[in-house]
Amino acid sequence: MAIILSKEEAKKIIDKVLSFSKADEMSVSLSGGRTGNIRYARNSVSTSGESYNLSLAVTAVYGKRSGTATINEFDEQSLEKTVRRAEEIAKLAPENPEYMPLLGPQKYLETPSFNESTAKIDPEFRANAAFNSLDPCAKKNLTAAGYLEDTTGFSAIGNSKGLFGYNKYTSVDFSVTVRTADGTGSGYGIKDFNDVSKLNTKATTEIAMQKAMASMGAKALEPGKYTVILEPAASIDLLQNMMRNMDARNADEGRSFLSKKGGGIRLGEKLFDERVTIYSDPMNGEIPGSPFSGDGRPQENITWVDKGVVKNLTYSRYWADKKGVPATPPPSGFIMLGGTESLADLIKGTEKGILVTRFWYIRSVDPQTLLYTGLTRDGTFYIEKGQIKYPIKNFRFNESPVIMLNNLEAMGTPMRIGGCLVPPLKIRDFTFSSLSDAV
Amino acid sequence: MCCRHRLAYLATTSQQTKTNHIIMNRRDFIQLSGMGIGAMLGASVPVLGNIVPAEALLDPKIDPVTKKRLADVALNAAKARGATYTDVRIGRYMQQYLFTRETKVQNIVNAESYGVGIRVIANGTWGFAATSDVTTQGIAKCAETAVAIAKANAKIQKEPVNLAPQKGVGEVVWNTPIKRNAFEVPVQEKIDLLMKVNSEAMKNGAGFVTSNLFFVNEQKYFASSDGSYIDQDIHRIWPTFTVTAVDKQAGKFKTRDAISSPMGMGYEYLDGLASEKIAAPNGLVGYRNSYDMVEDAIMAAKQAKEKLTAKTVPAGKYDLVLDPNHLGLTIHESVGHPTELDRVLGYEANYAGTSFATLDKWQTKAFNYGSKLVNIVADKTQPHCLGTVGYDDEGVPCKEWNLIKDGVLVNYQAIRDQVGILGEKESHGCCYADNWNSVQFQRMPNVSLQPGKEKLSVFDMIKGVEKGIYIIGRGSYSIDQQRYNFQFGGQLFYEIKNGELTSMLDDVAYQSNTQEFWNSCVQICDKDDYRTFGSFFDGKGQPSQVSAVSHGSATTRFNGVNVINTGRKI
Repeated sequence: MAIILSKEEAKKIIDKVLSFSKADEMSVSLSGGRTGNIRYARNSVSTSGESYNLSLAVTAVYGKRSGTATINEFDEQSLEKTVRRAEEIAKLAPENPEYMPLLGPQKYLETPSFNESTAKIDPEFRANAAFNSLDPCAKKNLTAAGYLEDTTGFSAIGNSKGLFGYNKYTSVDFSVTVRTADGTGSGYGIKDFNDVSKLNTKATTEIAMQKAMASMGAKALEPGKYTVILEPAASIDLLQNMMRNMDARNADEGRSFLSKKGGGIRLGEKLFDERVTIYSDPMNGEIPGSPFSGDGRPQENITWVDKGVVKNLTYSRYWADKKGVPATPPPSGFIMLGGTESLADLIKGTEKGILVTRFWYIRSVDPQTLLYTGLTRDGTFYIEKGQIKYPIKNFRFNESPVIMLNNLEAMGTPMRIGGCLVPPLKIRDFTFSSLSDAV
Repeated sequence: MCCRHRLAYLATTSQQTKTNHIIMNRRDFIQLSGMGIGAMLGASVPVLGNIVPAEALLDPKIDPVTKKRLADVALNAAKARGATYTDVRIGRYMQQYLFTRETKVQNIVNAESYGVGIRVIANGTWGFAATSDVTTQGIAKCAETAVAIAKANAKIQKEPVNLAPQKGVGEVVWNTPIKRNAFEVPVQEKIDLLMKVNSEAMKNGAGFVTSNLFFVNEQKYFASSDGSYIDQDIHRIWPTFTVTAVDKQAGKFKTRDAISSPMGMGYEYLDGLASEKIAAPNGLVGYRNSYDMVEDAIMAAKQAKEKLTAKTVPAGKYDLVLDPNHLGLTIHESVGHPTELDRVLGYEANYAGTSFATLDKWQTKAFNYGSKLVNIVADKTQPHCLGTVGYDDEGVPCKEWNLIKDGVLVNYQAIRDQVGILGEKESHGCCYADNWNSVQFQRMPNVSLQPGKEKLSVFDMIKGVEKGIYIIGRGSYSIDQQRYNFQFGGQLFYEIKNGELTSMLDDVAYQSNTQEFWNSCVQICDKDDYRTFGSFFDGKGQPSQVSAVSHGSATTRFNGVNVINTGRKI
């Protein structure tokens, strides 16, 4: 059987599974795909492979009891056996008082998440992509370590109430760390796309090479509060962490940065600089997403923060029902509006500041204030009078994205990073609390 | 190193090419709602294989005669195709995970993964292939694929694999010594325990509570062309919870995670034996090889409430008294990872990073990693520990060795194709793959700080501290990519003033540099205070593999460490 099933093939299997059901309700998810990777270090390939997967999960429901069984064989007998197994597990499961009846038929957008160019990737393509990254490094006596992973897959869902959804997608993720032979300089490049024809591993590596060479002989600055320019690879983790904490239930329960003193939540409050607008759109051509969430809710264009004001929170279906509000699922990616300046323009407009390539080992310190700690890595530079002056030693930061988005100075043109669109951010008073010797 | 949401990583263990060719099920993750676990794992835990009914986890093991016959199929097929070395792992990996919050069971996951992984050396190059088709035909084909991959990669190979010799051990068996197989304990008994934990926490002031039980059983059969046929049955257990106290008026919430340790034990770890409790000041309790989950939940609820009004810490230098349930993570991050030889060599440079503990420092035989009191051992044999097995995943009998001796860096963690770089003739025996379809590579053994030789309890230690902080439990943690600069939080902080514990503190985190920190170690409690901490889902490699590892220590004092205040207003 092919690994990437068509919409019709997927529907046929799902309908067959549902026809075996004796349960009150039944939902089915069928997904498959191919993931390939190549990894290299010390200028030599160390791991590469491909894996294929096609699997089916059946969830049977009796009252408020549910049970799931999975299988990767698709003859009628196996399908029926899996349905019976899910039903047995459901009957023995404890009741879930928060169980929500299955959704009926839904309208889904047709998102442009699949690209033929990515689906065509083969081992030779991966080897070439790695070679184009390794070779320029070896020639300049630099050491590259990198990883490329591509996925081509589909996901189909259906249930006994007539819901059916299908999505085909591709993705490619590439990252490379380039180090100088003496280990005193290190640079980084990272890209992700749905469409691999947008990926140029050589160009991404060349940026990492420049940063590696330019970061040799770093000087130590005193820890303290600095104006920073955060490249998207630096700000993305803090922004993603904030977006993952937009859950309404935690806020209502008083255990979120969105909980209010004296009870209540901060929905509708201005929490950030008025230039901050964040939304999600599964149809966006740069970051096309899935048309549905894991539980079958449609993904739509949702504004999360509008001109600094919190506009929407994410809900489980249970909590939305309890609160009598629409059950907005968490988005797969988000878009933060920015400006029109390039990264170079932002540097030019900076009197004194620090350019940060990326952050590393980011961990929550206080969920109440969304305080995070982590370190700069692979290219940190001091800016004076609009120019990069010299490399500086890495810093540890302790900062909250909420404070960061209030200390906004300027924003550049948004770029794709980690499935999101994020602008380079110029932030004042960013808190660096100690120095690191790491390169 | 750490676990990020993608828990990224797979192996690159050698200077040589190693290819991972897999036809398999994709790895799945379960999203978690518990804050403590979320903070640690980026909110998901890996699940291997297919979801099955609980009873299926008790299906009898495949008999060793059949496994030997199937293994020989792989060894012969690979040899016939030109392999000069072959190992085959027939593995059945089982997991049972329970998730609850307050009065509700959220999820029970029973999963099983069964298949075979074959690794070969042909033309001096590694090749790897895996299949879930555990038949004579399936295995022979898989072995041929592994050889074909090795030969293809040999063309771009720089230098041949240099494998440290390992004499075959013949037909042997090793089982985790357990008293009660957790998979045989009825699910209802487990639910009852978690419901009791949750209700006691709520009764004692918790606003919310999530609790979990994680059980793992690896039934692993290893055979190699060296003449080893090794049958192992490995068990691990991790009970844990997160209690949250909320003061809506003040707009504040605080959490306290369990101070249990994941263990290489059976369900008997949950017996809560009084003999395994270690008393500490202020009625605090440490748990050695037996855990009282309900008692800990009651204390957690009371302590989470107390945290809501605890005094915020003035930043500055303090002498730190670190409980083993806290210090374990500091050992893991600042000693365990930097002494992994593959990291030192640069194989993890694009992800976890490299290491400050470079070969030139080790070669001086005088690099003061820590003070003279600091003796840190790597070990795969310590009873009840997560990394403890009879033989590693390349058939090397397990042992104990020194990493830091009297404060000096003396060794690393190395496997068969890297140990030669250290001038040693035998692997350390710390190779591991998290599933049959993952290729084995260097993973951290148990890494532990040896207890002090002189009689010293935590009560005695605190008496000697003028201005200090006593820290218990694993909190926020972060360390740079070469393991110099770190910051750690905890679960509980108590001020020490003139030899006495005074009040609870909040907003505490300490920052230091690895070498500076271990050189500020001035006192270690004795063996009666020694116990382990563990990490159940430690991530490494691209794509990701997990492993489980323990870290033992006794309560230890570090002088003049920089403490910051993490309180903010938003």
